[in-house]
Amino acid sequence: MFDSLPILSIIAYTPLAGALVILLFMRKAGDVAVRNWATGVAFVDFLISVPLWWEFDRTAGGPGNAEDLFQFRESASWIPSIGVNYEFGVDGISVLLILLTTVLGVLAFLSSWSAIGTRQKEYYVFLLLLQTGMIGVFCALDFFLFYVFWEVMLVPMYFLIGIWGGPRRLYAAIKFFLYTLVGSVLMLLGILALYFFNQDGLLGWEGLGNDATFSILKFHEIGSQMPADLQFWVFLSFFVGFAIKVPMFPFHTWLPDAHVEAPTAGSVILAGVLLKMGTYGFLRFSLPILPDATHELLPMMIGLSLIGIVYGALVAMAQKDMKKLVAYSSVSHLGFVMLGMFALNPAGLNGSILQQINHGLSTGALFLLVGIVYERRHTRMIAEYGGISQKMPAYATYFLIITMASIGLPTLNGFIGEFTILVGAFNRSWVWAAIGALGIVLGAAYMLWMFQRVFFGPLDNPENEGLEDVNGREIAYLLPLVILCFWIGLYPKPFFEFLEKPVNYIVAKVDADYAAAFAAAEELPTADPQGDVLAGAGE
Amino acid sequence: MEGFDAANFQYLGPEILLASSGLALLVWCTIGREEGKNRVSVMWAFISLIAAAFYATYIHADAAKPESILAGSFVLDGFAWVWKIVILVATAITVLLSQRFVEDSNYRPGEFYALLMYAATGMMFMVGGFNLIAIWIGLELMALSSYVLAGYFKQELKSNEAALKYFVLGALSSGIMLYGMSLLYGGTGSVRLDEIAAASPSGEPGYLISIGWVMMAVGLLFKVAAVPFHVWTPDVYVGAPTPITAFLAVASKTASFAILVRIFYQGIPGLAEDWQMVVATVAIVTMVWGNLAALTQTNVKRLLAYSSIAHAGYVLVGVLAINEIGMWAIVYYLLAYSFITLGTFGTVILLERKDYAGETCDDYAGLAGRSPFLAAMMLVFMLALTGIPPTGGFVGKFYLFAAAIEAGWTWVAVIGVLMSAVSLYYYFRIVVYMYQKDETESTPKPLREPVLQGAILICFLLTMALGLYPAPFIEFAKAAMLPLP
Repeated sequence: MFDSLPILSIIAYTPLAGALVILLFMRKAGDVAVRNWATGVAFVDFLISVPLWWEFDRTAGGPGNAEDLFQFRESASWIPSIGVNYEFGVDGISVLLILLTTVLGVLAFLSSWSAIGTRQKEYYVFLLLLQTGMIGVFCALDFFLFYVFWEVMLVPMYFLIGIWGGPRRLYAAIKFFLYTLVGSVLMLLGILALYFFNQDGLLGWEGLGNDATFSILKFHEIGSQMPADLQFWVFLSFFVGFAIKVPMFPFHTWLPDAHVEAPTAGSVILAGVLLKMGTYGFLRFSLPILPDATHELLPMMIGLSLIGIVYGALVAMAQKDMKKLVAYSSVSHLGFVMLGMFALNPAGLNGSILQQINHGLSTGALFLLVGIVYERRHTRMIAEYGGISQKMPAYATYFLIITMASIGLPTLNGFIGEFTILVGAFNRSWVWAAIGALGIVLGAAYMLWMFQRVFFGPLDNPENEGLEDVNGREIAYLLPLVILCFWIGLYPKPFFEFLEKPVNYIVAKVDADYAAAFAAAEELPTADPQGDVLAGAGE
Repeated sequence: MEGFDAANFQYLGPEILLASSGLALLVWCTIGREEGKNRVSVMWAFISLIAAAFYATYIHADAAKPESILAGSFVLDGFAWVWKIVILVATAITVLLSQRFVEDSNYRPGEFYALLMYAATGMMFMVGGFNLIAIWIGLELMALSSYVLAGYFKQELKSNEAALKYFVLGALSSGIMLYGMSLLYGGTGSVRLDEIAAASPSGEPGYLISIGWVMMAVGLLFKVAAVPFHVWTPDVYVGAPTPITAFLAVASKTASFAILVRIFYQGIPGLAEDWQMVVATVAIVTMVWGNLAALTQTNVKRLLAYSSIAHAGYVLVGVLAINEIGMWAIVYYLLAYSFITLGTFGTVILLERKDYAGETCDDYAGLAGRSPFLAAMMLVFMLALTGIPPTGGFVGKFYLFAAAIEAGWTWVAVIGVLMSAVSLYYYFRIVVYMYQKDETESTPKPLREPVLQGAILICFLLTMALGLYPAPFIEFAKAAMLPLP
């Protein structure tokens, strides 16, 4: 069944179709109807995406074999004169990120029911459009198409922050948009450089003389043939685009503003999915296409990641606003993700990708949790709270579990991710691992300190007397996240299964020794035809 | 060289049709009662323009047509055809935008539409012209009609100011251009572009030719409103009746770009290295200054004036690239820009009132609540002007910068993309007002004008089509290929 249906397009465009229905056919409908419809669409979209989990062949593909690695392929000609195709396809990384998007999507919709009181119709339209944009980014296998989704996504996010955000929403929204736009337009020039290199060359660099294409897989093939100095410039242009999105130090300044001003659902999606676009970009483009430049700029990347880890943690510690604290913790956690990625070995990459999922789950949950008390008390200042575990015991339990997940307590997801990243980093240099570990310690410090100040101690603020514990709907969107955190913490094997082949593929692209070793190991037992393919691609 | 053959006048059919239809309209409007004349005039002008477009296509499809006619004064190549279509469609949409405006004014409708048609005729002569005199006469026909149209509200001070400024500066630039042409003639001994190209040596062209083409370039850059020849633009755009502003920003600019490309590519291809430097410098200055000056504007028409300056800068990037992608890019970009800009000005017209009221950003406050569809279309236009996918503006910019990178002008492309990121800030000022501010008692309600709303909807649909399904439009743009220098 799955072979015949364009399943990725269905997943990507279901939210768009839902939004169009609201725009065209629900003009007179009440807010509740729109809300239910939109949430229903998001839920249906989630249901459609679930079969990816078992229909996706986790054992296919591997180093040098992109054709089997990327599955559920869809292809159609779009702009033939410059070789742009409409091309969709996913590997294990994309599948996990798409599932993360659809899960967090449903929860974000549920959390908006009480948080959004004005202009609900527009709100849900923008939220649905955002889903389409994000899923499209993870599906696209054509660089032009990727760029289209990458930018389309900015517009609804701008409005989510800019209309339903906090007092400084105008500033935060345009700052978010401008920052990311500057990064993306520079990335576009890098894409064009790749494109012309694949054909007739540019600026004195001789081209390869291939047909015009924006196919990402084609770029994977030809990337390593690029001269190192051209790779360097293309890497820098991608770096600006992706590093702003991640965000890496020193491009992170838009993030606290955007997070603090965004409504809860906006923060959840921003932290949960949007930031992963940057890391995904590095994984999908910078590493496999530009191996030489990756090695050349490794010191800078690692340096910025380590600074991000420690700086983010230290700044988080000084925050008085819970949301801002979580925002800066994201900077620190994403530094971790980047550290694992640029360890450039399988362990580091596995951990890095799993940690992206973990961060999406736990930080998404933290924003949801902060949103719950904010709706009741309309403040996020830590000092306003204290001792509220007496009034909200169930809430405190959820918060504690997620806090523990965030700081990496064993049996919870954060531990698995951080541990694997540290293994990968240690393989390269113990100094990296040591500084990374310092980040974990600091992370525990600021999270636990916040938890203590908010939940324990005397209940001395009279306004907190009337706080009500979590209700059914809130449990409905918290519980899935908690379950997922435990699942990854106790039994991460299926997740790593998804990652094994894509990670091997990427590492083989970026590390020639690994590719050679891999090819040799594959060839030894039987001289099957696939072995030749691997050996041929390992150059 | 083929001689003068009167039978070849048939190939000027579209121009003759349009000019005579304009004359007939003018006469008809002076006799009889005034009532209902506006409505008929709109239809008259609209149908004539569309008919001329079909006629031009018919001639283009005629395989037996000569390459050039009337002793080489005009050519019938794909380049001329493509630009004629763009100009005629843009003018036809302008006519639709004008209906309410002329109805509300106390002036006769006939002159207004007739002048629009003459201007369009002049532009058609320009883009089909192959000798400097034919081009210049076409340009003057366009310019003289535009001066009158800019001052159409003869009792409004601002309109007078606009017309006078436009006229004085325009006449000056036309004079400079004509002098340049005469020097070029002196240097090469011909007014025909192909003969000029053959006679002007590359490398050391000599004073006459050098000064000649530079002066000609000044005149052309004035018409496309490139910095530093842009100073007339903001005042004229604000003072002119809004449909005319749209017309100047779209049709006039498009036609001027067409002959700029024609003269540079076919007239002085041997001097490409020289004029590339000039165009590169002007392009950068134009992109930077246009965008930066727009940042502080609060009057929407003035903001759009600076934005149109900036867009001229982007198109110049395509001109200087001199490659295939660059050629399509110029056509594609101007096509997209035309529809986007016409749609934007259509929205401005729906909101403005007499005496230049309703033209500031404040008047857009809360538009999303009052009329969500209009606001949504305006949002798309603003995204398209910024160059955000999936709109036609993005694809156009993509081509332009791709052309620049292929040609090795990477640093110009870097400035271009950064400046288009900057432009987000001022385009989104309008969006901020529409979506993020609440309306006040004084904010105007958009008019209900089916014709105008229909025109905006057409522009919106074309903007999206250019972004989502560019293939057929690219085929169209490809027809305009000129031999590259």
